[in-house]
Amino acid sequence: MVAEQIAFGVTAFAMAVGAVRVVTTKNIVHAALWLMLVLAGVAANFILLAGEFVAVVQVLIYIGAITVLFLFGIMLTRAPIGRSADLDNDQRVASLVVGLLVFGLLASVLAKQFGRVHIHPGPVQRTSDIAQSIFTQYVVPFEAISIVLLAALVGAVVIARRD
Amino acid sequence: MLLNEFLFLGAFLFSCGVYGVLARRNAVLVLMSIELILNAVNINLVAFGAFRNTPVGQVFALFVISIAAAEVGIGLAIVLLIYRNRRSIDISQLDVMRG
Repeated sequence: MVAEQIAFGVTAFAMAVGAVRVVTTKNIVHAALWLMLVLAGVAANFILLAGEFVAVVQVLIYIGAITVLFLFGIMLTRAPIGRSADLDNDQRVASLVVGLLVFGLLASVLAKQFGRVHIHPGPVQRTSDIAQSIFTQYVVPFEAISIVLLAALVGAVVIARRD
Repeated sequence: MLLNEFLFLGAFLFSCGVYGVLARRNAVLVLMSIELILNAVNINLVAFGAFRNTPVGQVFALFVISIAAAEVGIGLAIVLLIYRNRRSIDISQLDVMRG
């Protein structure tokens, strides 16, 4: 139990620092790399919550594919690779106020509603349980998602094609 | 572990994402902030799934991950198209439809 707390504390601290750096850093490539740290922390949290399959998927898809896609996007739009001063617009103060208000609202509601609720992640949720759930109860959303992914891929090719 | 630890972490990531969407000028950075928001949602889903001891939270997190992959693909394609047409992805200059 204590080991879990320490692991959660370390990953949560790293994720908090990473998330702040993603939205404040002046270097766009560094933002992608900090985002990678946050995504790895999310995968570690999934492990702590006994969700091994979704943690593996998080590493494969987010860290493996989406970060590379972001780096390609940065490269293809010829963004400034080094430090640049004009990555933020002139609404930073208002945005900070909105962000703090959102966090305060969420935190107060969560503290009130789930004050001392404990979770006891049981035995690891096996992949077969998740597969059972996807392919019986949620098979229609699953098929819909496959259509959505196909449409998104074809759409991305059509949009980005040069003719 | 307390359920609230994970929910607070998710709330913090969500707030950072909201700040990034509002304050960033570069379209790729805005997409990264949207990824922060979606990951905050995923943490909440898996945490509630572990709390209720059911795989359904993870199933929904997997759905969110696949939707996020589709969203990033389409988003970056649109960003590339904007860059090709305007030589810039500064979204504060994209005000053609402003009334």
